[in-house]
Amino acid sequence: MPGTAFHYHKLFLNDGLITSGAYKLTLEMFFQNFLNALQWGSFYALIALGYTLVYGVLLLINFAHGDIFMVGAYIGFFIASFFLGSYAFHLPFALSGNVIFVFTVIITMVLTAGVGVTIERVAYRPLRKKGAGRLYVVITALMCGLVLENGNLALLGASRKSFPDLIEKSIYTIGGVTFTNIKILVIVTTILVFLFLEAIVRKTKIGMAMRAISYDRVAVLLMGIPLDIVIVFTFILGSSLAALAGILFVTAYPVLEPYMGAMVGWKAFIAAVVGGIGEIRGAFVGGFILGFIEIYVAAVFPSTLRDLIAFAILLLLLSLKPTGIFGIARAQKI
Amino acid sequence: MKRYLPFILYGILCFVVIAGARSGLIDTYQQLIIMFIGINIILCSSLNLINGYMGEFSCGHAGFMAVGAYVTSILNVWLFTSSQIFGEPVLSPVAAVFLFPVTLIVGGIAAALAGLLVAIPSVRTRGDYLAIITLAVNYIVKSSIENIQVIGGARGFMGMGKVVDSMTGVLNLPWVMIWIFAFTAFCIWVLNHFVNSTYGKGIIAIRDDEIAAEIMSVDTNRMKIVAFTLSSGMAGVAGGLFAHVLGYINPGSFTIMKSTEIMVMVYLGGMGSLSGSVLSAVSFTLLMEILRPLQVYKWVLIPLLLIILMLFRPEGIMGNRELTDVFPKLRRFFPSKEL
Repeated sequence: MPGTAFHYHKLFLNDGLITSGAYKLTLEMFFQNFLNALQWGSFYALIALGYTLVYGVLLLINFAHGDIFMVGAYIGFFIASFFLGSYAFHLPFALSGNVIFVFTVIITMVLTAGVGVTIERVAYRPLRKKGAGRLYVVITALMCGLVLENGNLALLGASRKSFPDLIEKSIYTIGGVTFTNIKILVIVTTILVFLFLEAIVRKTKIGMAMRAISYDRVAVLLMGIPLDIVIVFTFILGSSLAALAGILFVTAYPVLEPYMGAMVGWKAFIAAVVGGIGEIRGAFVGGFILGFIEIYVAAVFPSTLRDLIAFAILLLLLSLKPTGIFGIARAQKI
Repeated sequence: MKRYLPFILYGILCFVVIAGARSGLIDTYQQLIIMFIGINIILCSSLNLINGYMGEFSCGHAGFMAVGAYVTSILNVWLFTSSQIFGEPVLSPVAAVFLFPVTLIVGGIAAALAGLLVAIPSVRTRGDYLAIITLAVNYIVKSSIENIQVIGGARGFMGMGKVVDSMTGVLNLPWVMIWIFAFTAFCIWVLNHFVNSTYGKGIIAIRDDEIAAEIMSVDTNRMKIVAFTLSSGMAGVAGGLFAHVLGYINPGSFTIMKSTEIMVMVYLGGMGSLSGSVLSAVSFTLLMEILRPLQVYKWVLIPLLLIILMLFRPEGIMGNRELTDVFPKLRRFFPSKEL
């Protein structure tokens, strides 16, 4: 299988995200990279949130999540092109870029949630009903991801697509640190999404049901909680988050290709585990930790060492705290 | 006599295939497929020890394969060929015939040492956290190789073709294939005896209930370390063979995708079934070759087939049974299987 995702990923990091080449870390550089790391970590955090949501409820590593992120980006691309009138059908009136962006985000989130729920319905639920082992569901998830990736490659071809510029980019400079409005948008959105999810999981009834399912799936049914509805809701939340991350990602780095989700997805999963999987806070913090490590490692060392050092640090973190930063080791009853 | 029948039959099979390859009845493409089947059997059955018998979720098997592949290849190129990197051969190229298995085993030992990287944290963590550690180790191995420029970095490492040439120069036989046959049989034999021994049953006990196993005086920490080193050592041997089949390796061959492929074979065959692993390695490799004309659609079809298989038979081809359980008559030939 082609390893395009890997080169592609590297390409991004060298493409203006990092002010690399400078090996001495000045204060300006530090703040510049701080912003970059916040943005880069935001993507990891957004995807990791989706992983952790599904894991928190089903104890299932949804390996298709990275590819749902990719599907979201593609759906967003087609919807944006549709609104911009790239196809035969034209809207009778022209919309401004920002309005199109909002519409694109909303419609993409709905459609991608549909994709996520379909996968749950077709692949995961029958296995769950059969009471198959957890690992079989994980393998099914991996396979679903492969189908999405390669189905996309087969249908749309290997050529990269470029996402249209919907939001007009404006660049601000404060004290030698430059940033764009897109960067701010990404970071603020991620923080808002995190607060929103925390509120849902901690404060609402359905959030309580989600937490309850992960504790005891049998007792939950006895308490009259509709298991399937809560699980579908979780998948809707997770997939629409992935779609949001996908659109933000291609707004920041406007290249789409079928393998874009694979590498980011695996790394976001690692981030979620480092934070303590199943914990919303954990995914958020883990995503940013990974973002910071990657950006600063690439800023100080040659960027080829990035993966090596990043994963070595994560491994060290995990061996110091085996259940992740916020994870709580569940007491085992004998 | 009956005890040795499987070995004799396997020997005859190998002899026929090698004779066929030597006389040209089996062309190079078919030889390649046969060799890949052997390598996949080693990879799949060794991963089955961790993912099947021990019930852990290791998804970085390709990393250990990479360690073995690189160590074996570097040793062979350094010892037996004149290359740009290492200069003149240290030993006479003729010696390659005898020392090739030794270098393979050295590669396996190196991979087993890398396996300790996973084995030691596995004492403290289980389940998904351990999965991440294996994943991270896979990335670390790949990334380290990419950063060592002496052995080619991301460009890859070659020169193993010369080693194979110097072996065929001594005696014109498909040497790599012979060693693949030998090591496949050896790995299956070792694993079979291991999981059926009183000592090895501790691994199955860990899967069923770690705490109960500990109470029953199974040294779980030690069992885990043994299982991980054994499994990754075998992956290293498979990697060394893989490198010599292709004559060229690069870090890109040992990504998560490769690990996924091995994992798929394990679950296809059934967790905790050695005969299932062998069957699935054979059928998966053949399926990949049969579907080759479909090009990119192959990678849509194979996962779809697997999803459908999971829906109708989630336990894989064999479940956790062996062929001897399905056909009890076979049991005569495998006395070690008697419980």
